[in-house]
Amino acid sequence: MSIKLTAPLTEDKIKDLKIGDEILLSGTIYTARDSAHQKLVDLLKEKKDLPFDPNGSVIFYVGPSPAKPGQVIGAAGPTTSYRMDSFVNTLLKVGMKGMIGKGPRSQEVIDGMKKYCGVYFGATGGAAALLSKSIVKAKVIAFDELGPEAVRKLEVKDMPLIVINDCKGNDLYVEGQEKWVEE
Amino acid sequence: MREIQVKEISKIIKKLSIEASTIANDELIKKIEESEKIEESSVGKAVLKQLLENIKIGKTDKTPICQDTGFTVIFMDVGQEVSFVGGSLKDAVNKGVSEGYTEGYLRKSIIKDPITNPKNTGDNTPAILHTNIVPGDKVKITLLPKGGGSENMSRIKMMKPADGIEGIKNFVVETVKNAGGNPCPPTVIGVGIGGTFDYVAYLAKKAILRDFGDRNKDKQIAKYEIEWLKEINKLGIGPAGLGGKVTSFDLFIEVYPRHIATYPVAVNIQCNSNRKKSFVL
Repeated sequence: MSIKLTAPLTEDKIKDLKIGDEILLSGTIYTARDSAHQKLVDLLKEKKDLPFDPNGSVIFYVGPSPAKPGQVIGAAGPTTSYRMDSFVNTLLKVGMKGMIGKGPRSQEVIDGMKKYCGVYFGATGGAAALLSKSIVKAKVIAFDELGPEAVRKLEVKDMPLIVINDCKGNDLYVEGQEKWVEE
Repeated sequence: MREIQVKEISKIIKKLSIEASTIANDELIKKIEESEKIEESSVGKAVLKQLLENIKIGKTDKTPICQDTGFTVIFMDVGQEVSFVGGSLKDAVNKGVSEGYTEGYLRKSIIKDPITNPKNTGDNTPAILHTNIVPGDKVKITLLPKGGGSENMSRIKMMKPADGIEGIKNFVVETVKNAGGNPCPPTVIGVGIGGTFDYVAYLAKKAILRDFGDRNKDKQIAKYEIEWLKEINKLGIGPAGLGGKVTSFDLFIEVYPRHIATYPVAVNIQCNSNRKKSFVL
């Protein structure tokens, strides 16, 4: 059974999530990847406002392909998350609650999720056409000059995700893979 | 000499760019279906089903199957009896890429100045073009959109001759293990052995162009391909890295003679969309 969640998130909504939980995420989320993360963290350093309210926010690591006429967005699958690791704790500190991506996170990020109660959701890498179907609205809200890397505000409906890291410091990649290792 | 107008090359590359990103190859669909039967992990099976569903949506909606439509890598086998006319071959290749990525609504992922200026070139050019002169009067063009996530997990190592084939195998398996769920498994593994520092990486990339099950002509190397793939599929990484039996779809090795002092090895990892399209002119 999938768990339905609506973003923005709160600690109450996510504190009982466990690794391996299948999620259908709806609500408002934001996109940011490499260059956008640098810019977001620079804004915080300069004590300036972010282009969105970080409180309860979910950031999807994606650089979508362009929308064709009549489409909301092009293909939109996750990019590899570890490249954003060094920025995560700064964002968790200002209230970010969720991240969507693919691939393992550093210990520092896992500890941060525990400290601030955040969750890392995995989306299937390579299922970009499928994932785009759950995006019902998309709008560039910052850093338009970055092209695919611009920050977008997305409205999503039942986006299929899986909990990779929960608030308690567990890791689905580690536990999931351990079961299948053959000596 | 057979004359070929370079504008023909542009047209073909434009078409291949769009097709490679939106239409999955039949052999890939077959491979995912087979893997779904073999996979014992339920979450792994679910991921493989998602990939099949994704391929269907890509084809129907003409949407890229992955948003990362890659660095456009082009392998061109040029018959030595061919003469290109009507302009520069390189410009024609880039014109094809530019038109394909623009008109096909593909993502433009190339940053002009790799060091200082994060400005996108806006049309996914320049392509990486490998030309190879061969006998005859034909031109074979293979286009490989190479995603960044799997490319980042690829490795090269100048090993010692004393490390031997066992050392190479360990390096290959370790590379896949360390990559974990990052490169969008199930992956395709290209291995280059021999040549020089630059050439071994080219061999590894060329290896991923082979069709599934198309073993190396050398029987001993073909045996290594099967054995090493088996080792990799014992790692437990599984589809999307969530755990399972199918970590890689296939593994291909390309070799070249080496210098007495060197033992270069390269591992190029390709993601589960395994995009590539060819055309013979």
